[in-house]
Amino acid sequence: MSALLEVKGLGVRYDAPRILPFAARHGVDAVLDVSFDILAGSTFALVGESGSGKSTLGRAVMGLAPFRAGQIKIAGAAMPSGGDASLVLWRRQMAMMFQDAIASLSPRLTVRSLVTEPFDIHGFRQGLRARDREAECRRLLALVGLPADFAERYPHQLSGGQARRVGVARALALSPRLIIADEPTAGLDVSVQGEILNLLRRLQDELGLTYLLISHNLAVVRHVSDRMAIMYMGRFVEMGDTAEIYADPAHPYTHGLLAAQPEIDPDKRREDVELMGEVPSLAARPSGCEFHTRCPRAQPLCTEQAPDDRNIGQRVARCHFPLVS
Amino acid sequence: MVTAGRFSPRRLLAGDWTRPVGGLLVLALIICAIGGDALAPYSPFKMALGIRFSNPSWAHWLGTDQLGRDILSRMIVGARFALFLGLSATGISVIGGVLLGLIAGFGPRWLDAMLLVIFDTTYSFPVVMLALAVITLLGPDLGTVLLIIVIVTIPRYARLIRTSTQSIRVAEFIVAERSLGARPARILLRHVLPNVIGPLLILASMDIPGVITLEAGLSFLGLGVPPPAPSWGRMLSEGYNYIRDTPWIVVGGSLPLILTTLGFTFLGEGLRDALDPRLRRGR
Amino acid sequence: MLDVRDLSVSFASAAGRVQALRHVDLAVVRGAIMGIVGESGSGKSTLIGAATRLLPENADISGAVQFDGEDLLALKSAALRALRGRRIAMVFQDPMTALNPVLSIGQQMTDIQYRDRLSATDKRDRAAAMLSRVGIPDAAARLSRHPHEFSGGMRQRIAIAMALLGNPDLLIADEPTTALDVTMEAQIIHLLRLLRKDFHGSILFVSHNLGLIAELCDDVTILYAGEVMEQAPVRNILLQPRHPYTRALLDCDPARIPGMARILPTIGGEVPNLVSPPPGCVFAPRCQMASDICLTPPPAHRVGLGHVARCHKVGP
Repeated sequence: MSALLEVKGLGVRYDAPRILPFAARHGVDAVLDVSFDILAGSTFALVGESGSGKSTLGRAVMGLAPFRAGQIKIAGAAMPSGGDASLVLWRRQMAMMFQDAIASLSPRLTVRSLVTEPFDIHGFRQGLRARDREAECRRLLALVGLPADFAERYPHQLSGGQARRVGVARALALSPRLIIADEPTAGLDVSVQGEILNLLRRLQDELGLTYLLISHNLAVVRHVSDRMAIMYMGRFVEMGDTAEIYADPAHPYTHGLLAAQPEIDPDKRREDVELMGEVPSLAARPSGCEFHTRCPRAQPLCTEQAPDDRNIGQRVARCHFPLVS
Repeated sequence: MVTAGRFSPRRLLAGDWTRPVGGLLVLALIICAIGGDALAPYSPFKMALGIRFSNPSWAHWLGTDQLGRDILSRMIVGARFALFLGLSATGISVIGGVLLGLIAGFGPRWLDAMLLVIFDTTYSFPVVMLALAVITLLGPDLGTVLLIIVIVTIPRYARLIRTSTQSIRVAEFIVAERSLGARPARILLRHVLPNVIGPLLILASMDIPGVITLEAGLSFLGLGVPPPAPSWGRMLSEGYNYIRDTPWIVVGGSLPLILTTLGFTFLGEGLRDALDPRLRRGR
Repeated sequence: MLDVRDLSVSFASAAGRVQALRHVDLAVVRGAIMGIVGESGSGKSTLIGAATRLLPENADISGAVQFDGEDLLALKSAALRALRGRRIAMVFQDPMTALNPVLSIGQQMTDIQYRDRLSATDKRDRAAAMLSRVGIPDAAARLSRHPHEFSGGMRQRIAIAMALLGNPDLLIADEPTTALDVTMEAQIIHLLRLLRKDFHGSILFVSHNLGLIAELCDDVTILYAGEVMEQAPVRNILLQPRHPYTRALLDCDPARIPGMARILPTIGGEVPNLVSPPPGCVFAPRCQMASDICLTPPPAHRVGLGHVARCHKVGP
């Protein structure tokens, strides 16, 4: 297998509007110096608290976020630099599933228009006659397990799980190779959550899709991803094989995140909390290791010097004192 | 037991009789506008100086004016002019306002800032001063009156569209469309416009009588459409001179204005209820 | 403390009467934490609405809701207002909706003490003391801040502090951590457990997260499609569930599945339409164990101490 997506040294910065024309630009770095590869046909998960930059990173890959540094390649081809127009072909190779499934569907269009819209956008209008459109619509709805009569419905008539499926059908319309799934199960009931994840798994097996999964749900990520990265304040603090990370987290932040997951066992109630406080503001990054303000294992060195990426077996952790060596 | 559907005076007032009444009033206006010539008992232009200032009678239900013309007939035929002016001026303003509002709301920041300055400047300009200036330049005729009304109302519509466009441009489904590669024109026309146009249509339908009244006001000041066109505003301004002896002329000008305003306002409220998805959907 | 008997609630809608709750029994003992678990459409929010009489006007309520011996459904609105906020307090999912954005939190926290005959300074001191109790550092100085100057987790702490100011007998927490990150969620749950030690009221804790229920609650009620499926002490529910729905729900939870599952278990089927719920057991259409007998209303079987399951298949 070869890498489908390659990201090198990616940085995304949001500039605050300038008050005076020549005032210094202020802004926040939402993503800082991030590098990773995703093998074709595999699932890579991004995990982190809100504000960690995981959604921004997903959008940057799509060309939907202001990109400051680095390089993104898909199947060896680099992302074109230019506006939305130059990105049309780039975006055809990937598709995004959005966090809020219902809100990401244009409210006044029927499911049929929503699902076949990608063809219109990409200039298949002449080639795709009404009959073919109907056939495509049926094919896509069947692919995601929705009955054909759903084509007549409007987004507000869909349940959360159904809206998700429509989102998947739309994403699959142009046969992309990479799917960026931003919190694909957020807001869904547990029973429906499993159905959506199984659907994504089935589509991966049938169509050879590659997933970039963005989630804060650690219980879900463990079952569905092959490799994962944990983000904190826009950086990868740990990256590696999912099973290895769950079994033996190397970074204290990963450890804290996993410990914060409640156990469904009334006999194992926790007496204390490992990670206190919250993520600092991106506009005021702590010195040294950015996690030192919350780290239960922080040493004087951590406040002074930023750690480098350290290779621990197959894994990478950004910590002076990793829990695994 | 707590039961639902209690009597509420508010529901009675805001509720169900206003919409049909609004519809009837507007329908009556349209009928007068189309079939005015056939409906009116006399020609609105026929002068009969012998029966000047006659009181209401079986022959002339609302009496006659200073030139002996039948007031009822002038009132009925005036509907055509009023409706034409109201619809065309509002229509042009809506189209212009939507275009400018979409551009301001979706375009680059500098363009938005520039358009805003223009909207606010026109909006803050006193209507009568503006009217005087334009009429002095172009002369008083229907086109000029239309132009003034359009200039005055466009900024309001454009601002409304701009604000709702700005709030919707960051909505998740717009980002989703962009991620599919949709071009700005497509996003604007297919996804933004249908979601912002509703409130504007309501506002515009409620503005139609305002436009008619504005023309009446201009006519009253002698700045409107020149005589002998049967304009309600002109009837008002002419009748005003004789209000002590024959109040009928003023009635002929003001009654239809009041009814038209009520009709469109009621209808606009109905439209608002019909377009509000929360009231339509239910659970 | 709170005693709900045979409560049914329905709403008029365009499609017919939505039977949001049917024959619900629920008893919250003084000092205990009762967890309510249910998926969307299970009637969780309707139940809370009925317990606080904050249901929309088109609701039809039958049954009884007693709070400390008083019939809540019969109370006049003045008496109800006296109850709310003081003896019954609520914490919502989104703390921003519970706080007034234009007033400082100090003002809001002194305002809600309007019934107390205390001086303004005393009220401020009480507010500050309560804030530091819920873990807000430098509380006195922060009283002059406005809600938007706090993070989501801090706001939820403030909302809890405000709810506790009246020293309520019943605290209703409606998904209080759903909008928060895991690390903040763990901190809030930890806080609730600490507060429990010197707060003597009962808590009604609504959540879809079984992990949080396990962490916090004494008793659990499982709701499905407007009916109670199973009620038991938390250990019974999580370690010896009897009702097929409870079991299916537990099986679906990815947090309980060890290792890496390629295919996750699901319940299958859809939540029934509450305008015309299925006859007999509401869960029967999705139940693996269902048979003809399930078309008749299931009896409430007592299967253990304080453990009731409404199912034909769990008979003694």
